[in-house]
Amino acid sequence: MAVLLIAEHNNKELKPFTLNAATAASQIDSDVHAVIIGQNSAEAVKQLSELPVVKKVFSVEGAHYENFTAENFAPVIVKLAENYSHIVCSANTFGKNLMPRIAAHLDTSQVSDIIKVISPDTFLRPIYAGNAFATIKSNDAKKCVTIRPTSFDPCESTGGSGEIEKIDASEEFSNTKFIKREEIKSDRPELGTARIVVSGGRGMQSGDNFKLITEIADKLGAAIGASRAAVDAGYISNDHQVGQTGKVVVPDLYIAIGISGAIQHLAGMKESKVIVAINKDGEAPIFSVADYGLEADLFEAIPQFMEELNKLNTIQK
Amino acid sequence: MKILVAVKRVIDYNVQIRVKEDGTGVVTDNVKMSTNPPDDNAIEEAVKIKEAGKATEVVAITVGEQKAQETVRKALAVGADRGIHVKADGILEPLAVSKILQKIVDKEKPDLVFMGKQAIDDDCNQTGQMLSALLNWPQATFASKIDVKDNKLEVTREIDEGLETIEINVPAIVTCDLRLNEPRYASLPNIMKAKKKPIEEIAASDLGVDVSPRLEQLKVEEPPKRKAGIKVANVAELVQKLKNEAKVI
Repeated sequence: MAVLLIAEHNNKELKPFTLNAATAASQIDSDVHAVIIGQNSAEAVKQLSELPVVKKVFSVEGAHYENFTAENFAPVIVKLAENYSHIVCSANTFGKNLMPRIAAHLDTSQVSDIIKVISPDTFLRPIYAGNAFATIKSNDAKKCVTIRPTSFDPCESTGGSGEIEKIDASEEFSNTKFIKREEIKSDRPELGTARIVVSGGRGMQSGDNFKLITEIADKLGAAIGASRAAVDAGYISNDHQVGQTGKVVVPDLYIAIGISGAIQHLAGMKESKVIVAINKDGEAPIFSVADYGLEADLFEAIPQFMEELNKLNTIQK
Repeated sequence: MKILVAVKRVIDYNVQIRVKEDGTGVVTDNVKMSTNPPDDNAIEEAVKIKEAGKATEVVAITVGEQKAQETVRKALAVGADRGIHVKADGILEPLAVSKILQKIVDKEKPDLVFMGKQAIDDDCNQTGQMLSALLNWPQATFASKIDVKDNKLEVTREIDEGLETIEINVPAIVTCDLRLNEPRYASLPNIMKAKKKPIEEIAASDLGVDVSPRLEQLKVEEPPKRKAGIKVANVAELVQKLKNEAKVI
């Protein structure tokens, strides 16, 4: 039986991590179908049908789907699930909110946040905030699996021509009402997908000092991250938080400035390809995961870092 | 309004996890255990709502082995009125726990069920959503702000894009984010008083729920270690290495 992928989108376009989830789905079974639930989402539906790994697309629209409420989404997917062996979605807040609701309706034990498909019924997933990896075999007839998007490469986004089938809307769940969404807009790359992330911790000492981080991020075309300590201290808003309770990032370059490296922060960034740590405490745990460590006062090191970057003829963007 | 709060006993968040050599799990013997951190936020919020006069009773519940009762006792020490301990041994998957909680909800008839958004041991992030599916109740996951308004809650949720606000009718499930509040510490007199508060013990087997695991944990291993890096002497060397050795800038 085939795999059913739940597409994440914003009604205008697919969210990038749908492509990573599609890759994971295709590693479970080459027969991948996808479902997209929304309102006025024609462009996103078209994008989904153009993913070469997706053979067929189910599209359903309705005003009660506009804000991605799990209570409205779950019945649609539960109904479709009959013909599928696996239901797959990204383990971001969209999928985390939605998938267990589907799994409970299907009476199946969900496998959350997998980082590797070992076989169609066996998966690798981090536990204890990534301090251990568990190999899990599911014995349920239907498997609900959420995938950690940064552990799978995005699939090709063009060239496919999956058939699109419109399906009927489910009834509205009237006990949950969407009120508002406050999205943090930024010209910078998104934290979850940026090639370079520059993060500050409690060592920054104030929100004003985060300007130093911003300057470097601008210079490198990087996203701005932060440790939970910096967020809790009010230096920066929590959508910048990297770690177990924030975002998991896997950039080519992660620069940790004034971050000691608590377990919960390391869980969110230690898979980065190259890690740089700048910290005045030479014993800080962050150095144990850093490829390049610089033991220095960050208020001296950051201006020097800018100076050195300015000397370079070219900087990769 | 009556609030049921589910709490879980996990390895303390400050403990460095050690994987057992035989690959069957992580070492839990002689390791400090505590209440799952966001479950503390869930208790705190319920107690605050009661203190504000908007709830009449806060009931703390845990599911697990005998020692799990410590988490209920701690909840009683910070303001919960009474406790329930559903006794069950062995691995309990979120699906099994949500089925047990469903039975307790049928019996206790709370207006709200609170719990942490995720347990820091298995990191599943499922139980609240599953319970709300089984009950066909609204769910407000990853809550960082809760306003109680008569028979409705306005909840601000932490989502990847920023913040989302929803309104849900009671009865409802709320899973709590660490940012929801600052859990209080139990004072010594309150710890003493909590010892006198009742905890009802129920055997999971008496609830008629199949809790047998559906998943097999084949192996638990240490994550691959990062290769030890180097310390650079100064910023110039760092930038040179990033440019010419790592080739990332």
